[in-house]
Amino acid sequence: MSLSNLGIRGSVIVLVMILLALVPVLAAVTDNAFYLDVATRLVILAMAAVSLNLILGNGGMISLGHAAFIGIGAYSVGIPAYYDMYNGFIQIPLAIAASALFALITGAICLRTKGVNFIMITMAFAQMLFFAFVSIEEYGGDDGLVINVRSEFGGLIDLEDNVSLYYLSFVSLLAVLYLVHRIVNSRFGMVIGGAKGNERRMQSLGFNTYRYQLTAYVIAGAICGYAGTLLGSFTNFISPEMLDWSRSGELLFMVVLGGTGTLFGPVLGAAAFLLLEEYLSPLQDYLLFDGAGIYWQFSFGIILILVVLFGKGGIVGFLDRLDEKRQRRKAKGHD
Amino acid sequence: MTDPLLQVTDLTKSYGGVVATDRVNIDLRVGEIHAVIGPNGAGKTTLISQLAGEQMPDSGRIMFDGRDITHQPTYSRALQGIARTFQITNIVHDLPVIENVLLSVQAQAGHSFRFWQVARTDKTLIEPAMEALRRVSLGQRADDISRYLSHGEHRQLEIAMALAANPTLLLLDEPMAGMGAEESARMVDFLTSLKGEKTMLLVEHDMDAVFALADRITVLVNDRAIATGSPDDIRNNEDVRKAYLGDEES
Repeated sequence: MSLSNLGIRGSVIVLVMILLALVPVLAAVTDNAFYLDVATRLVILAMAAVSLNLILGNGGMISLGHAAFIGIGAYSVGIPAYYDMYNGFIQIPLAIAASALFALITGAICLRTKGVNFIMITMAFAQMLFFAFVSIEEYGGDDGLVINVRSEFGGLIDLEDNVSLYYLSFVSLLAVLYLVHRIVNSRFGMVIGGAKGNERRMQSLGFNTYRYQLTAYVIAGAICGYAGTLLGSFTNFISPEMLDWSRSGELLFMVVLGGTGTLFGPVLGAAAFLLLEEYLSPLQDYLLFDGAGIYWQFSFGIILILVVLFGKGGIVGFLDRLDEKRQRRKAKGHD
Repeated sequence: MTDPLLQVTDLTKSYGGVVATDRVNIDLRVGEIHAVIGPNGAGKTTLISQLAGEQMPDSGRIMFDGRDITHQPTYSRALQGIARTFQITNIVHDLPVIENVLLSVQAQAGHSFRFWQVARTDKTLIEPAMEALRRVSLGQRADDISRYLSHGEHRQLEIAMALAANPTLLLLDEPMAGMGAEESARMVDFLTSLKGEKTMLLVEHDMDAVFALADRITVLVNDRAIATGSPDDIRNNEDVRKAYLGDEES
């Protein structure tokens, strides 16, 4: 398939994915490990955003507590590591199971509510977990816990090597994207999509929407928990701050920024979010005056507000509009 | 005589002291079209909502096909063969027309905890869905986004969704609402063609349609069923004339 067949949206997505695949090469050539650092965080958070998008974009469940699952995943690496247990084949299933269980219990309650109440209660549960970890002195309380050794996979892959960790994360992202793609288009996906549009109608058609939504909530939590294990290994450090509600807000924003309900939107959103976070500060120093960089969050906030107000459909929506414009111009050209 | 398909006994519902359904009794025979008429605010839609399970009665009993469904949730009634249409179009507006119908087929096709195969190209779903759409003459609109259909087409889509569930009982809440004379006439023809195949409870304001279609009619006035009988019985019933039909029929 040639690039022109893909359209602008498709081309940008392919380009971003190829770039992501080549980041380690880029980092090696330029001898700048910082690129790899940013990209690893990007890929892991993109995975978390994709999982959030499954319930938010496809299922219409706006959760402000999704970072809880990142925290559960990271602590599932950190706590065993604290007891010198580094086996990833134990840590990862533990993370997935613990996340799924937390999602099942909290989701069962959250999904009894709708709208703003749902947002508040997902946030409340995440904050409960936040304060639970703050209060556990054994695991560092709010100072957090250093992870000396990353997840080990019996010599299969060595995560102490940053490039290996990166590629594991990148391949995981691809796998999650494929999984979510299948789910969204399956019968199950039809049900949660329909319930997003008109839940009562779905019930009168014969669907117990609650059960399907709860299942989607559990799947999203489990995926995000897995992403959390990689983040724990990557940062070599965990703290309750990872599951603070503001972190959930960031995930939410990545999804909105990229385009809710689109497969690659959250990836683009995570990329844009992290790049702004990293480069807005030096850019401001350069453009305005020395020291302006520390106020980067101010312009960051303005950008976020503008996107929400005018950027209907986020980045993917914007690319779609470009495609439409191009098609119209093409059609005109043929007249 | 065989047992009625649906038997409603002393159904009562009130909202904070305001009575909406007052000891209503109705039974539906297999295969009949049973119309429920009455002035605005007589409690017709409330009655349908209770039959469909969207609202729960305070007391009384609903028997369907020999089972007590009074306290069952909406979705399990739908799975047992009760489908309803809505007075105000109630569909998933963002989905293509075909997918609204497909969801109705899917609901009846076992559980949907199937996460892998693509649903919208599944022949076992798409074929019955297309057939239902063609039956209501919406086949050529299958791929359009539902929100862009005309009012009349929305009404047809509602019917297609109900039919696609292959129900034994159809609850039709003003299927002709807001339709022009020609569209109404076509809907009457269509519902006539379903006669005998489906048992129907029809709530409708269009009296011509009601008297053309109904085998029996129940009249609701002030939340109570004041009379039930054949169209002729109802036409000649003094109470009904006084309470409702009034000048229209004289």
